[in-house]
Amino acid sequence: MVDTTSADPMRETIVWRKEDQRPSLGASAPLRAGLIVLALLSLSAVLVLPLMVVFGSVFTAGFPLVIEVLSEPDTLAALRLTLLVAAICVPVNGAVGLAAAWAVTKFDFRGKTFLMVLIDVPFSVSPVVAGLVYVLLFGAQGLMGPFLQLHGITIIFAVPGIVLATLFVTFSFVARELIPVMRSHGRQDEEAALSLGASGWTTFWRVTLPKAKWGLLYGLLLCNARAMGEFGAVSVVSGHIRGLTNTLPLQVEVLYNEYQFKASFIVASLLACLALVTLFLKSIVEHCGRMTEASFSKPHKE
Amino acid sequence: MRQSRVIPGFGLTLGLVLLMLTLIVLLPLAALALKAAGVGPRAFLVVATSPRTLAALRLSFGTAFVAALMNSGVGLLVAWVLVRYRFPGRALIDAAIDLPFALPTAVAGIALAAVYAPNGLLGHWFAAIGIKTAFNPTGITLALIFIGLPFVVRTVQPVLLEIEREAEEASALLGAGPIRTFVRVILPAILPALITGFALAFARGVGEYGSVIFIAGNIPMVSEITPLLIVIKLEEFDYGGAAVIGLVMLAISFSLLLVIHLIEATTRKAYGHG
Repeated sequence: MVDTTSADPMRETIVWRKEDQRPSLGASAPLRAGLIVLALLSLSAVLVLPLMVVFGSVFTAGFPLVIEVLSEPDTLAALRLTLLVAAICVPVNGAVGLAAAWAVTKFDFRGKTFLMVLIDVPFSVSPVVAGLVYVLLFGAQGLMGPFLQLHGITIIFAVPGIVLATLFVTFSFVARELIPVMRSHGRQDEEAALSLGASGWTTFWRVTLPKAKWGLLYGLLLCNARAMGEFGAVSVVSGHIRGLTNTLPLQVEVLYNEYQFKASFIVASLLACLALVTLFLKSIVEHCGRMTEASFSKPHKE
Repeated sequence: MRQSRVIPGFGLTLGLVLLMLTLIVLLPLAALALKAAGVGPRAFLVVATSPRTLAALRLSFGTAFVAALMNSGVGLLVAWVLVRYRFPGRALIDAAIDLPFALPTAVAGIALAAVYAPNGLLGHWFAAIGIKTAFNPTGITLALIFIGLPFVVRTVQPVLLEIEREAEEASALLGAGPIRTFVRVILPAILPALITGFALAFARGVGEYGSVIFIAGNIPMVSEITPLLIVIKLEEFDYGGAAVIGLVMLAISFSLLLVIHLIEATTRKAYGHG
């Protein structure tokens, strides 16, 4: 089992949760019902109601307006940019996450804990600060601003800045999910494969990846959701140029601030659909992960 | 450290991680520190201690603290209900907990504003009894509760599953009521995880921007969060000021997280399940 209560407050580990079928002792039926109702009420107020408002407003807006808003050039440009950013950030951070998990879980070296803290840093930095640091580095008044201007390179208020800021905020996602999973698998299987003559790559593809693939997918899924939905960091570096540097979340804000509430909610509902798809896939990945863990069910204690 | 390693790829993987970490995270953060230091100690102090900055910092850390505290209660309740009780729709609810992780913050922001604004779905009920649930610190706290809830639920849930039921059963058999059993047997076991969840929700809440600005009202000195103040400084081309506020905010966040980490480690030693 994975160490679910790691001493590091920044480490929130995913674990393929096993089900406990035993009935609960010690709580009377009214207390139980009361607690369930209380939990459901707070969840609906906080989670369900906002989601319903988004989809509800789409229905009241009517189908023709939905089509009109979604086929506007600005919306389509925003959609394209959002997909482009995710298409760059997810593979890059996936590779970095895999490398980080491999280095951290297959080797012992000095400063490992420190490295893991550093990998988690982007997670506890405000998205706005994540955007700010790139403006300070590459902006017109930034440290490298004069150099970039001299060579005609624009990063801030352009697509490269948006990609960089998104890379920053999604940096830890894959590593955070993969490290606990791969650590729980130990190193013996890899060592066995290698001593039987397999190459490093073969070992990775045939031994490590099949066991860790659901953890990897889970991380990629969260990374993708954040990459497509990031607002704060992207908002700082984008410059809000319509049709050029607006991602879908920024388009939501632009429309909202122009009091085009209906249009804003329609674009928002597109992103809410993305969230629902993410949650659905996540449940599947979690389920498959549980199955895989069960099939490798030799008892591995840390 | 072992001399001969069987597993290859140490240099390659560690090299890649260090390279990307330096380029994407560490160098840009160093630029922040450099820029903030560049304004000089006097200007640094003027910006960092200006009433508007202090009000924004107080608001950001205060609302994040209150929201994380409330999330600890609600999150524990939800985790408990999901782990211990069976009811129709439980699997669906369990999946829905992660909605704040998956929903873009800007969408959450406009949706929460629509629900809690004075003319909103729930907001008008609260307005009728004289409670304003948007465009003030209460609205900010609500948004941060939304953002932070899954952190608490997802940290507490696995620990609740792992708890040895025998101790509870023994406690009940020895005559302790449910409340006593909860406080004396269950709470100590999950306290470290609860503190971890609190810290995660708090850390996320302090820096949160997208879901907050739509419901905050953004009135200077009253409901203007620190990240928004940074954005305003940037729009005024006051890069130095933005860097100073950003650095102060990071420094306070990291120190608080360190303190929470120490508290959590102590609790784990005292009661923990290791």
